[in-house]
Amino acid sequence: MSTVSHTGHAPGEHHHAHHFDSTAHEYDAAKFGIWTFLATEILMFGGLFVGYVIFHSKFPEMFHAGSTFLDWKLGALNTIVLLVSSLTMALSIYYARDNQKGKTLFNLYVTLACGGIFMCVKYIEYTHKFHMGLLPGHLFNPHGDHAEAAIEAAKHFSNLGMYFSFYFTMTGLHGSHVLAGMGLITWCIIRTHRGEFSDKYWTPLECVGLFWHLVDLIWIYLFPLLYLIG
Amino acid sequence: MSSGSEHHVIPLKVYFNVLGALLVLTVITVAAARVDFGQMNTIIALGIASIKAFLVLSYFMHLKYDDKTFWVIFGTAIFGLLVLYFFSELDIMTRVLEINVL
Repeated sequence: MSTVSHTGHAPGEHHHAHHFDSTAHEYDAAKFGIWTFLATEILMFGGLFVGYVIFHSKFPEMFHAGSTFLDWKLGALNTIVLLVSSLTMALSIYYARDNQKGKTLFNLYVTLACGGIFMCVKYIEYTHKFHMGLLPGHLFNPHGDHAEAAIEAAKHFSNLGMYFSFYFTMTGLHGSHVLAGMGLITWCIIRTHRGEFSDKYWTPLECVGLFWHLVDLIWIYLFPLLYLIG
Repeated sequence: MSSGSEHHVIPLKVYFNVLGALLVLTVITVAAARVDFGQMNTIIALGIASIKAFLVLSYFMHLKYDDKTFWVIFGTAIFGLLVLYFFSELDIMTRVLEINVL
């Protein structure tokens, strides 16, 4: 019934939807849409950043004490992993536009793997904190053999749980975006396998790429704020 | 708004150089945080993060070569954040002190 069908044409061939004048028109509209979406993402994360900055200025010593319970080495590792994944994402688009399917797929798989490594490191960090009772807000209850420093710090800063509220909310929201990005990259991999992208059509890759770079962009701020300066 | 048919292709070398710059800046961020500059530490860290953000936006997200519309959309979001920050900070600073916020 629809006049537009996205199946049944030759690989690499793309027919723009009927409400667009041309493929270029469709591409521009898609990019306009994804950038508008990214703006809303910035505003969503921005609320948390504003909260962080305000409470950090009110309780600088407490935030500093909180940041000492994060392992900056793991944070730095994740920063490098995400930066590399941003490069491979950009390269996959470069090769898709050069009609090199093999290299496009390789870079997409590396990007996906980097997302996986990032989430594994996050899992290690989270479980470590769960075991020590370094939980957000009222749940904050440091205990166990390795938590002496946290128990001591909690005596000095009665609201230390607030630091972990910010830590878990910000990294949790960011981590859920990494997971979403990994899902989208998987979708791009499937479509690349089908040979749907070429120098004539790479819009989904472009849009997923922009989303992935934004996730990287947010981590660029989260890493120093949470792990380094605290 | 369209730049339509002529989409700029960024040379591979530029992508690798940008990654190199981002990694170097990451090392500088970590190194700078290990020195105590007092309140300046926050400003330095955010400054370096902003340079990194600018590189990602300009090259990986190719705003440098794209239609200016996208800078405007991005800038609008940042402006919205500044407005949020300004009025929130004003509110918090003019409040009667609480003893404990938790």
